[in-house]
Amino acid sequence: MKKKNQTPDLKRRAFMEKILKGTIAGSVFLVIPAGPLICKIPEQIKGIRGNKYEMTSKKFAFIVDITSCIGCGSCCVADKREYNVPDHNYRTWVERYIKDYDDKVYVDSPNGALDGYHGPRKDIKKPIRDTFFVPKLCNMCKEPSCVQVCPVGATFKTPDGFVLIDKKHCVGCGYCIQACPYSARFLNPETNSADKCTWCYHRVRKGLVPACVNACPTGARQFGDLNDKNSNVFKKLNGPGVISVLKKEMGNQPALYYQGLRREVI
Amino acid sequence: MHNVLLTNYVFPNDMHVHWSMMIALYPYITGIVAGAFIISSLYHVFGIESLKPISRFSLIFALAFLICATLPLLLHLGHPERNLYMFITPNPSSAMAGFGYIYATYGVVLFLEILLIYRPVLTRLQANTKGLIKLIYTVLTLGSDNLSPRALAMDNKLISFLASVGIPMACVLHGYVGFIFGGVKAHPTWSTPLMPVIFLLSACVSGIAGIILTYVLIKTIKGKYIDMDCLRTCVKYLAGFIIIDFVFEMLEMFSHYYLKTQNHHMVAKLWSDSLFNTFWIGQVFLFSVIPIFLLGCLAFFKIKDNLYKFFAGFISLLLLLQVAFMRWNVVIGGQLLSKSSRGFTVYHPDMFGREGIFVAILVLCAPLLVLFILGKIFPFWIEPENKPI
Repeated sequence: MKKKNQTPDLKRRAFMEKILKGTIAGSVFLVIPAGPLICKIPEQIKGIRGNKYEMTSKKFAFIVDITSCIGCGSCCVADKREYNVPDHNYRTWVERYIKDYDDKVYVDSPNGALDGYHGPRKDIKKPIRDTFFVPKLCNMCKEPSCVQVCPVGATFKTPDGFVLIDKKHCVGCGYCIQACPYSARFLNPETNSADKCTWCYHRVRKGLVPACVNACPTGARQFGDLNDKNSNVFKKLNGPGVISVLKKEMGNQPALYYQGLRREVI
Repeated sequence: MHNVLLTNYVFPNDMHVHWSMMIALYPYITGIVAGAFIISSLYHVFGIESLKPISRFSLIFALAFLICATLPLLLHLGHPERNLYMFITPNPSSAMAGFGYIYATYGVVLFLEILLIYRPVLTRLQANTKGLIKLIYTVLTLGSDNLSPRALAMDNKLISFLASVGIPMACVLHGYVGFIFGGVKAHPTWSTPLMPVIFLLSACVSGIAGIILTYVLIKTIKGKYIDMDCLRTCVKYLAGFIIIDFVFEMLEMFSHYYLKTQNHHMVAKLWSDSLFNTFWIGQVFLFSVIPIFLLGCLAFFKIKDNLYKFFAGFISLLLLLQVAFMRWNVVIGGQLLSKSSRGFTVYHPDMFGREGIFVAILVLCAPLLVLFILGKIFPFWIEPENKPI
């Protein structure tokens, strides 16, 4: 009986691994051409190409649906390829939450989920009640601590709501890294300046969604303009679903929202 | 909050401790500047006559440390060549942007005060020296040899003004350093309005302790007279400041335990595990409780001068270590707790890197070297040195 049970399990696992690898490879393939050919990709955010870009007319939002994330890590791979992020630094990462029957929560994010989650955690011996994945990235706060503390104004907020860094002006003091409640920032060891996720501002200005959103095979990452009432993000934020933000008590008012956010997530 | 928090998950970007030992050294050095200046002002502004013998030395001592205060910062910056952006494009909403202005203004006030206080001495030395050193004195006296009573009276007025302005500036210089940490809401151990107060009080402790230790050491090594009245007054101020400082430090720690705010389990675990040796054993027991006990002994028992000198120096050394440990526990310790509130990282300082242990030792020695050089130009002591030891 055991043998009979094992064979389909193994086959299923192998099949899943192939699917995941295929997804990662596919997403990388999609991201590689983003360069000189970027404008040949069909427009993904409507109303940007061919129009004069009015910064103040846009109100972008990012929604992560944690009930859809499968922890494949495609988003992280896409991000690393888009920006050549140095190893051991993360513009985005995916956390795995595991909950046992004693309400004990185990969280990990090995290598920021760049390799995806292919198997269960081997160090947890207890029966597991629930598990889910939580992608993390810059929260693009409306009241950003990083912008407030930057002593030289190298970190700034654009009128269309992006928090960006002028790496040629950054002195590399690291105050913004300390101030960010979400640990979304790091000091890039190659540029010696602060670095973080930009929600792919260069892509957005060309009518494309961020690389991670583009790579996500399940639609767990959604991006769009809240001033466009037909956008997915507008519909989700104004729909009946449970939507919240991280560390609300910090008062930073993130523009990154989480659908189905669980109380265990910090 | 939950028993679920203790599973040691550190955010991937929190694995690295971004503010290294250099950022612990920076408030340590500026604290000594502020504390030493306070000693000088106690004489120049508040007329504590017994502190006259060290009133000049404490100013030169403050200047030596002030000159070196930016060293650890420059060693830490990712782009030290862009440091002047702090002046050129300051961000008014950032506490750190005030650094350049506060530091530079305080430096000017301190240097002007030194020049005016030393003017009679420098003028005399200018007349009695030759060559390069004479040129230095000519520059420092701005070529003026006017020591008329009217000119000296004008000097005294200016000195009183600069010393009075210098006190709030010294407080701002160091209170602001405390605010750099206290103003970071993302770090539960930093984010407290008590932080500037604690930094300011510990600054006074380290400055006064530094003055006492070097005063006793230099005089003992040179076999010169130590003014016991001055030493006893210094030790009394040291006792006052460490008691208030220690009370505030413990109040801050106790508040975390008692208020049981959001992250109190993790903060308690930080102190009991990662920082047990440096906080409880070092900062609290060895370098606070013991010196406060010894200071009590010095205050309540009649102790012979020689023994008093030894203990004054010894206690000062312990208190200098207390403040160093406090800086470490705040700056490095605060960063060990990940913003995930679920785990701790570990700090591994380099040995020979730009922000490593070896460079940190050099940075700590630099002010002493500068003090030695300044001592060749500005005579430290006022009183005649031919009295018996």
